[in-house]
Amino acid sequence: MKPAEFYQRDRFLQPPALTPDYKTSVPRSPRLAMLSLQGSMSEITGPTFGHSDIDTIDNDLIRNYAKTGDPVGERIIVHGRVLDENGRGIPNTLVEIWQANAGGRYRHKKDTYLAPIDPNFGGCGRTLTDDQGYYYFRTVKPGAYPWRNWVNNWRPAHIHVSVFGTSFSQRLITQMYFEGDPLIRQCPIVNTIPDPRAIDHLIAPLDMNAAIPLDCLAYKFDIVLRGRRSTLFENRLEGN
Amino acid sequence: MAQPLSYLKESASQTAGPYVHIGLAPGAAGFDIYRTQLGEEIVGPDAPGERIRIEGVVLDGTGAPVKDVLLEVWQADAAGIYPHPEDPRFADCAPGFRGWGRVITDFETGLWAFDTVKPGPVMGRNGRMMAPHVSFWLVARGINIGLNTRMYFEDEDNSADPVLNLVEQAPRRETLLARKVGPGLYRFDIRLQGDGETVFLDI
Repeated sequence: MKPAEFYQRDRFLQPPALTPDYKTSVPRSPRLAMLSLQGSMSEITGPTFGHSDIDTIDNDLIRNYAKTGDPVGERIIVHGRVLDENGRGIPNTLVEIWQANAGGRYRHKKDTYLAPIDPNFGGCGRTLTDDQGYYYFRTVKPGAYPWRNWVNNWRPAHIHVSVFGTSFSQRLITQMYFEGDPLIRQCPIVNTIPDPRAIDHLIAPLDMNAAIPLDCLAYKFDIVLRGRRSTLFENRLEGN
Repeated sequence: MAQPLSYLKESASQTAGPYVHIGLAPGAAGFDIYRTQLGEEIVGPDAPGERIRIEGVVLDGTGAPVKDVLLEVWQADAAGIYPHPEDPRFADCAPGFRGWGRVITDFETGLWAFDTVKPGPVMGRNGRMMAPHVSFWLVARGINIGLNTRMYFEDEDNSADPVLNLVEQAPRRETLLARKVGPGLYRFDIRLQGDGETVFLDI
């Protein structure tokens, strides 16, 4: 087998399973040690996607569920690159997002928050990165909302992001937060991440260069997936 | 001072939350928005092999089914070939075989099920064959980073599998075995915590 394995996941930067301040993790966290595996064919391969899987409008949340007009809320672009730990763009990989509407309510049969459902907003989008690893979405800024953890917890405005990469072992779901939001540092879910620098990486800065005048603001969000040693060449036995 | 290493750090994971379906399976959330839902068909109609169904529940530390979990599975075809260019036998993969599935639990019962073909054995490290298996990845509210595990089949010869044999406590290997409960029907329950906690993998 080609030794194109992935770097070990940094478990000190990733949230541990048991994080009691985020209460739902208490009954849902494994307590025994994980079994560490060196990558095999089952881990270094993974699903691939193509343009036949999705439609071009799928990344436009302002239009992809519009029924009678535009969704309510602050219009934004979310864009960035999917990179690996070596700084290389990951081309042609699937990025999926989902979020609450501008009032902080999800279009989900289980969400009963007081804020209204927006008839013109579905709250999900998907796209493939280009050959440099770039992606972009157009959407509205999601609202903050309360949730049952401690009595008065509020989630900061956030967009859920799901990314594939090129292997099953790179699979990642995370959340993007917005620069300047005072709720970020109070959030028990944000604070499952032990390393403050890793939290900073999930906070997208306002990107006025990408904003469209008289139309929408923009936020830049780069996503880093695990890196890997390059394919072994006979004249370069060490890999990279 | 030593020279800095310029590697980036992997983005930290966050829970998929209770509404993961909106993003990854909006049909299950109660609305249709896309032309296709990804991951519904794992093998396609023409792939050779034994057609099987795998079902189960994910149980939390209190023994209750987790009703908002989303699972993804990844497997080789009946000949043990992955539909991925890094499999040396990629060109011979069964036509239409995707190998990847996305599975939603029933919101009331927590039961999930998917239809596939039984995978073949796959070449492991150092030329050692791995017994037929399906790789699992699961996310849900309360799970901070997706959990990886593997499912093997109790009616296969798993005795020489290099991954199962890495599990130091032999009784825990049982947590990775699917039980055959009917013709072409396997049952694989995943326990997040407590008695019979499933072996999860740091891959």
